[in-house]
Amino acid sequence: MDIGDRASVLSTPWVEKYRPVKIKDVAHQTEVVAALEQAVERGGGNLPHLLFYGPPGTGKTSLALALVREIFPKEILSQRVLELNASDERGIRVVREKIKGFAQGAVGQAKVKDGKTIPSFKVIILDEADAVTGEAQTALRRTMETYSTVTRFVLICNYISRIIAPLASRCAKFRFQPLPTEVSFNRLSMICKSEQVTASEDLLKLIITRTNGDLRKALMTLQSASRMVPHGSEIGDKEIALASGEVPQELLERFRSAMFADSSFENVQSVVDDVVLGGYPADGLLHQLCDLLVEEDYAELDELQKSALIMKMARAESCLADGASERLQLLDVGARGMYISKSRENSSSLFKV
Amino acid sequence: MKPNNRGLLWVDKYRPGTLDEMDFHLELKERLEGMAQRADIPHLLFHGPPGSGKRTRVSCLLRLIYGPAAEKLKVEHRSFKVGDPPKEIEMTILSSIHHIEANPSDAGFSDRLIVQELIKEIASNAPLDVTAVRVPFKVIVLHEVDSLSRTAQQALRRTMEKYSRTCRLILMADSLTKIIEPLRSRCNLVRVPSPSEKEICDVLQKVSKEEGFELPDQFAVKVTKACSRNLRRGLLQLQSSKMDNYPFAEDQPVSRADWELVCIDIASLLMREQSNKRLLLVRTRFYELLTHAIPADAIFESVTMELLRSADQEIAPAICECAAEYEHRLRQGQKAIIHLEAFAARFMQIYKEYIDNQYSMLIDDD
Ligand SMILES: Nc1ncnc2c1ncn2[C@@H]1O[C@H](COP(=O)(O)OP(=O)(O)OP(=O)(O)O)[C@@H](O)[C@H]1O
Ligand SMILES: [Mg+2]
Repeated sequence: MDIGDRASVLSTPWVEKYRPVKIKDVAHQTEVVAALEQAVERGGGNLPHLLFYGPPGTGKTSLALALVREIFPKEILSQRVLELNASDERGIRVVREKIKGFAQGAVGQAKVKDGKTIPSFKVIILDEADAVTGEAQTALRRTMETYSTVTRFVLICNYISRIIAPLASRCAKFRFQPLPTEVSFNRLSMICKSEQVTASEDLLKLIITRTNGDLRKALMTLQSASRMVPHGSEIGDKEIALASGEVPQELLERFRSAMFADSSFENVQSVVDDVVLGGYPADGLLHQLCDLLVEEDYAELDELQKSALIMKMARAESCLADGASERLQLLDVGARGMYISKSRENSSSLFKV
Repeated sequence: MKPNNRGLLWVDKYRPGTLDEMDFHLELKERLEGMAQRADIPHLLFHGPPGSGKRTRVSCLLRLIYGPAAEKLKVEHRSFKVGDPPKEIEMTILSSIHHIEANPSDAGFSDRLIVQELIKEIASNAPLDVTAVRVPFKVIVLHEVDSLSRTAQQALRRTMEKYSRTCRLILMADSLTKIIEPLRSRCNLVRVPSPSEKEICDVLQKVSKEEGFELPDQFAVKVTKACSRNLRRGLLQLQSSKMDNYPFAEDQPVSRADWELVCIDIASLLMREQSNKRLLLVRTRFYELLTHAIPADAIFESVTMELLRSADQEIAPAICECAAEYEHRLRQGQKAIIHLEAFAARFMQIYKEYIDNQYSMLIDDD
């Protein structure tokens, strides 16, 4: 995307506005950044097929886009680069025909323009490749072989396990790391300055912990929080809690004590009501509760009881992912937690599923 | 709170038209006003239970962004040709000159194609000269995003990034849990909780004043409890209770929807007798509900809550466990009736065992 005039800059959401433009702007992914910089310096001619994988918001798409912008001049970008993502038709037929059609067109010899070599291949960026079916991946592998002299592929995915081995083995693989705190911190501080947002160091660190190295989410949280305070006023914890969409500590605490301390089903029901009617996500509640259980010691629960409860929560989480009712799954976890915390002696019955 | 001429039902008649008229969540109002002031507003995801007022807030936000023109709505039934081989799909689209609204989950298996089609259309109509307009983007409002298939949700990921300069998405969902994480992290989340009991009670009282009838506090509280913080349901219940009997009697029950009454009945049938014959009887009730297009998950929840209300606390874990399990199976199976029936049978077993040896601690689940 081109950020041309002022108006369009003013109307671009921060996540896009602060997308790295040059390869070297992509923070922290030093290995891949160095490798690509070097390849580009040498004219890009010996660029291998690439496979970028790693968690969301770590710079994969940004880097792929930056790469093609550095090897091709703007005028021929659209002839040389095909970007396919999960929104496009990606069945076998499309892989065969669309990619083939694009790959076949001739590009001629490598040229030199303004002292820069323009390599004689086309690039196909296949973003969100883990959503491509196994069958289509097999077809893709053949296409890749057939046109290997005239095309380079950049495959991007979150889970490398979903890419079939014969395809993955043809690429140089780069794992993208979650961004460490200092790196995200520098980025966020820079953005605060340029957007005239007031936020303390601790607050930025809070955003970063809450978003687990996903810089996109961190940026989104920052922008959304900054709109909750008058321009120029300082953002506080309250805004971050609202913007990040997490379940408040107070609710977690109530859920926990309804299960262990009060051991009251009525209380479990009332917390579950407040979670569901409050519009909080049940899966988020389970994730946060799990962190809490793992990190902290509770007098009410021994290790065995903890494990039994976590197993129940894991099951509920997977049911939720299938679309099961949030209320029923949370009630099940709550009632089970209550039962587990009461039955201390009888350890074998804890694990019945 | 001012009545409008949107209909005879109080739910419609008293639907607020501006944020100022919303009677609850004032801090949310400020938040939306803050967002609307600037053009770099990100994609938004409104989430909250049914009846919490998401829709009203989205309309208000659009009005804040675009002014009154956003309210001049046109309803169209359009047909889209999508897919390969091309298939024609009918879809109802609501639009103003600045935005369009649709419920793409109506398109079933073709939801992904419809979503992409809509976005491309809007993006291609983007203003050429962004400096000439006050708001340089259009908005696409997608309803019930939690019912969109995973493929359709996946497909939105990169699309949302690609077109984010010229169009903004406003997604609406009852629950975040059904939205894939990559979409959640691409949106500014706007949580719209159900109104509190007190807020519901206040609205009921205001409506009664406006309509000029007597609403004793005690009855208002009863309706509030019965509607589980769903204002839409509460207003419907109040209006139909008034038609049942007015002035309200002290012991008058809150009028409930027929399907809720059937669920209550099912629960009491299950509690009173556990036998084959009873199972057959319950089965006919389930059928009745399903043929009236009551969603199976709503039946599950409603019957379970009723059972939990009447059964001993001691067997609550067992009831919850079997409800959670069979409701989950609904998602993988094809025929709802089988899972409802299995749940009923399992409940009978649990309950009978409990009654039979009430002295022994019982948690048995397999
Ligand atoms: N390494 C990074 N350096 C600088 N900015 C980054 C980096 N990673 C992410 N960002 C910021 O987050 C936004 C999203 O990054 P990007 O689209 O590259 O993520 P991604 O890895 O492709 O994620 P996904 O797997 O969800 O597609 C960028 O616009 C940028 O603002
Ligand atoms: Mg990406």
